[in-house]
Amino acid sequence: MAGRDERPGTTGSRGSRLLGCVALTCLAVLGVLAFVLTGPDVRIHPTTGEEFGQFDAVRMLYLHVPMAVLMYASFMLCAVASVGVLVKRTPWWDVMAHSAAEVGTVLCGLVLVTGSIWGRPVWNTWWEWGDVRLMTTLVLFLLFAGYLALRRTTTDPRRQERQAAVVALVAVLDIPLVNRSVAWWENRTLHQRSTLEELKIEDLTLFTLMFGFLTFGLVVWWLTLQRFRVGWLERAAIDHAVGSAMAERRSETSADELDAAIGVTDEQAGEASP
Amino acid sequence: MTHLGYLIAGWGISLVVLGGYGLRLARRGRSLSPLVPEDRRRWLASPGTDSD
Amino acid sequence: MTEVRRFLADARLVAVRDLRIEFRSRVVVGQVVPFALLVLVLFGFALDADHRTLRTFASGLFWVAVLLSALLAVHRSAALEQSDGTLDALRMSGLPPAALFMGKATAVFVQLVLLEVVLMGGLFVLYGVEVVDPALLVAAGLLAGVAVAATGTLYGALASGPGVRETLLPILLLPVLAPVLIAATRAFDDALGAAAVDGWAWTGLLAVAALIATVVGTLAHGVLIED
Repeated sequence: MAGRDERPGTTGSRGSRLLGCVALTCLAVLGVLAFVLTGPDVRIHPTTGEEFGQFDAVRMLYLHVPMAVLMYASFMLCAVASVGVLVKRTPWWDVMAHSAAEVGTVLCGLVLVTGSIWGRPVWNTWWEWGDVRLMTTLVLFLLFAGYLALRRTTTDPRRQERQAAVVALVAVLDIPLVNRSVAWWENRTLHQRSTLEELKIEDLTLFTLMFGFLTFGLVVWWLTLQRFRVGWLERAAIDHAVGSAMAERRSETSADELDAAIGVTDEQAGEASP
Repeated sequence: MTHLGYLIAGWGISLVVLGGYGLRLARRGRSLSPLVPEDRRRWLASPGTDSD
Repeated sequence: MTEVRRFLADARLVAVRDLRIEFRSRVVVGQVVPFALLVLVLFGFALDADHRTLRTFASGLFWVAVLLSALLAVHRSAALEQSDGTLDALRMSGLPPAALFMGKATAVFVQLVLLEVVLMGGLFVLYGVEVVDPALLVAAGLLAGVAVAATGTLYGALASGPGVRETLLPILLLPVLAPVLIAATRAFDDALGAAAVDGWAWTGLLAVAALIATVVGTLAHGVLIED
């Protein structure tokens, strides 16, 4: 029986539609905050008196930083869900792991792209091989892109669940190693040169950033929820298709035909059945 | 506004990708739903699914 | 104590089997090692550099060649279990998956060490490197070998089996090995006198990676091959 608040034939529900509307509203408010109400990052050099800073590029951070934080949250959720797959072995954990990984990977790609676009005017380069966070995020992206590729190869679904869970956990375990090795490698990082602390963070800038976390939190929540529902449907559709194919097969032959085929006579059949 | 091109590119790409992804999910949900009996469409509504 | 001994005996059985198959078929020696040397040669052509430049990049090129060749060796190792229902037979024989993992990883490790030795020779001849710190070279080479062999054997179990998944192995394995590549390259840079870095610190990182890879592999391999 479909829930009262579900619209039949879609993955929407009253709750998720409300969530979606609130998320979109917040996104609009964030846009206003980021572009209209806050100012550019302009600082005066103490000795030369020149203006310097990120200027308007700082407005990108209201997008980039929340997405980065939520990306980590998604991957952590995937790791937790993967543990759930190995321990509990219910479909819920598996669909959740897959959903969190996919949303996380989308965010990761966007973090890399927005970071690069932000980096061009501020650091004067599209890419920097020595930057710790950049390298770690890149490897993270590659790791989970591999996870998603593994997921797409449809062999035995039960095996695939556990295999994918192991891959996700190995990926997550690998991250500290990656971080350490890149950090030692160059021992300098552009990210450190212009951290959030360096910005002139006034109240409104900080508020906008926090509001950005809230907004993208809602957006990611909505996306993960929808992705979960789609994943659940996919699973159910396969199970249902297999189940009905089997039932169809069974119903193609009646009991009498089956008996005749294997050479059971009417009398013998009569004894066996009530 | 300085760096306007970069801002438009960054925000634009992000909103388009996230929006497109969301739309794709909604559309996929709509096409999958008819393939599944109603009582199995949602996790909350499904009968016990602890089978392996 | 006997359990440990039985475990080691099982692992040794698998390792010896894998190595004996390799000895008879000569796939690694005959195909993978030449491939690795070929990679070194290709780099030489592509970079069109003098000896000094090549010496600067030698460690990086060495380890890239090792990683690419390791893909082949790992794939070969996993493929051994796919023919004639071998994996099912092993499962039913009661061989603990952890022992299977240890055995296979050891065999791959031996092959990788052999590969590294030959490639080192290639570096001497083709790139003109000099060894400043042989102990560091050996330590880093062995530890990186363990890390690559263990991780590779674990992922090899994933990327073989029914269905086309051979092309999955590189994209799964190589990102995970990124820190090993970085650490091993820096350690070799120190050992070959190409850069002023603390090679032993990097070797420490390799030891950590090797340990984690072995532990995780032992624990997880069973999950990956079970039905």
